[in-house]
Amino acid sequence: MLFFIEVTLSGLMAGVMYSLVALGFVLIFKASGIFNFAQGVMALFAALTLVGLMEKFNFPVWLAIIGTIAVMIALAWLIERVMLRHLVNQEPIILFMATIGLAYVLEGVGDIMWGSDVKLLDIGIPQGAWGWLWDQGIYVEKLELFAAGTAAVLVIFLAIFFQKTRIGRALRAVADDHQAALSVGISLNTIWVVVWSVSGIVALVAGIMWGSKSGVQFSLSLIALKALPVLILGGFTSVPGAIIGGMIIGVGEKLAEVYIGPIVGGAIENWFAYMLALAFLLFRPQGLFGDKIIERV
Amino acid sequence: MNSAKLCRSILAALLALPLLSGVASAYELTIPSLDYRTGPYAPNGIPFANGYGDYMNMLNERDGGINGSKINLVACETAYNTKRGVECYENTKGEGESGALVYQPLSTGITYQLIPKSSVDKIPVFSMGYGRTSAANGKIFPWVFNFPATYWSQATVFIQYIAEKEGGMDKLKGKKIALVYHNSAYGKEPIRTLEKAAEKYGFEFLALPVDHPGQEQKSTWLQVRKERPDWVMMWGWGVMNQVAIKEAASIRFPMDHFIGVWWSGSENDVLPAGKAAHGYLSGAFHQPGSNFPAHADIRKHVYGKGMGLGDEDRIGEVLYNRGLVAAMWTTEAIRKAMEIHGTNEVKAVHVRDGFEALDVDEARLTELGLPGFTIPVKITCENHEGPGKVALQQWDAHAKKWSLVSDFYEPLRDITGPLIAEDSAQYAKENGVVPRICGS
Repeated sequence: MLFFIEVTLSGLMAGVMYSLVALGFVLIFKASGIFNFAQGVMALFAALTLVGLMEKFNFPVWLAIIGTIAVMIALAWLIERVMLRHLVNQEPIILFMATIGLAYVLEGVGDIMWGSDVKLLDIGIPQGAWGWLWDQGIYVEKLELFAAGTAAVLVIFLAIFFQKTRIGRALRAVADDHQAALSVGISLNTIWVVVWSVSGIVALVAGIMWGSKSGVQFSLSLIALKALPVLILGGFTSVPGAIIGGMIIGVGEKLAEVYIGPIVGGAIENWFAYMLALAFLLFRPQGLFGDKIIERV
Repeated sequence: MNSAKLCRSILAALLALPLLSGVASAYELTIPSLDYRTGPYAPNGIPFANGYGDYMNMLNERDGGINGSKINLVACETAYNTKRGVECYENTKGEGESGALVYQPLSTGITYQLIPKSSVDKIPVFSMGYGRTSAANGKIFPWVFNFPATYWSQATVFIQYIAEKEGGMDKLKGKKIALVYHNSAYGKEPIRTLEKAAEKYGFEFLALPVDHPGQEQKSTWLQVRKERPDWVMMWGWGVMNQVAIKEAASIRFPMDHFIGVWWSGSENDVLPAGKAAHGYLSGAFHQPGSNFPAHADIRKHVYGKGMGLGDEDRIGEVLYNRGLVAAMWTTEAIRKAMEIHGTNEVKAVHVRDGFEALDVDEARLTELGLPGFTIPVKITCENHEGPGKVALQQWDAHAKKWSLVSDFYEPLRDITGPLIAEDSAQYAKENGVVPRICGS
């Protein structure tokens, strides 16, 4: 029983780590209907920049974080200027293809700027087994607990931002209807810069957590693959959906790997997560918390 | 001696000079370098490619190449992707006057694809310590060389090391040994050997796969925590290694009971885990460090001229040295081919002969500026694995360096021999290969 609790807890924690990546996708999709293929690479790019500023310029952690946030905001502005502005009113598939291009460009630029080596990221986040629970016979990773706390803070921040601020309300208006938002004087371009900036900051948080876990390296961009089933399950437009979806995927895949894996040869958690998401998709195509799709004829 | 005879002698000596004394000749020796400097496995691919290229550039700069013929190193990016690796092979095999002389695929997946192709194109494949283990049987795989040791040999060496620490081979009975492996052709290679060893020595064997790329391994290590194996081996690559070492540290698994394959034992793998990686072990077939005359020559003749492929301060890292030793054996095989065929203008088919007659003993290693750097290697027509010996190295997290902590063990040939014979015979049957007769 204790082991079952341990697996479930670890699944929840791992799920939150996936949610951190999924959140970035949700923000951009919610505001612009773009599925941002580059979200994983943005997490990598942000983490590379953070480590680069600390290693090459000897920035203290706090200054490196501020510097990276500035870089991510500048990147959002650049993306809007160079890419999105010229693709307004294009089909979603065109915008999606543009983000594929963006992913490769960011990866290349990151490589040129900071190199391909594995970089140690240590900003003082606690790591290792949590002692108190360990003494009770349960293993929970401190880093993942910290990530869960950070995700909670992030969700609260995003909720306040969306509900209580003028920009947040404008952002929701754009998400609801581009044309209507434009007609009341909301600048689509400004909103895109804001949402890509927020998404860049979320990518930085995800990059810090995953980079602290495995070192900052180019495989970090592949964490986007872990976010996809979370999005399918939680819905592409729901912030709480990304969190809850992540937890369901995390627990589901861990229980499957530990209890079913040994019977079928193991290594099932990756595809099991997609299977779980697919099962949800059959019953709720919009995901658990996504906006209901209503087509009027 | 009359004057005409003297003139002829001088002329003959002059003609032979390029071969004998290393004076530059126009004939270039094309060696494709299948690198991966991009993609998720780049942190491992880069130092290997740097060591491989720097050594060859050093020969070019210091000696004018091999016996005076310059090496034309043709880099091709595979991103550790099998499809791209095969494309690289196809695009480079006809390169230059010599054509591609030998391939170092640096990927078990690519090696598997090149095995049938290379035998048709008659180009040797040197899958140094990786790839298809049964290719050690030179009678069935005449174009593939996997010395100085295979994964199967390495697995049996780990078993011996564990037995030694436990107090003897008989003490293995009742022990539990887990293998955490990359869920790919590469990672699965040692499973049969370990199953056979488990049968023979009575230990319990537990195989735990990790899917590519291995960034998330929580469930694997929860199973390790539940099963509580006495020892864990790892056949990992790239980010999988770093995450595994950190996870093992998190569940407080003793690092000195955790042994990685030689592709899981570089600085990249242990540094992200910090002090927690102290004591971690891995297989090795060469020394770490840069205190060898060959390294000094690379610094002087390559980095001194601004031609280095990487950062000078990373010369001597484990994977850099792995690339260097691969380049050393490759160029020695080409040198041997020149010697056998009496010409510098060797082709791939000649280089294969060079590989089969390769004999790099300690005296030769010393001449090459690598005394005690690796084990002596002698290849024959039948045995393409060579010595099969493996040592263990251990990570000192405080000094941030690897050190060899064991002698080189002989593999358990009573386990690996029949497996190699069985697997290679199966390959021959499936592919209609008639085993050649060696010594004829």
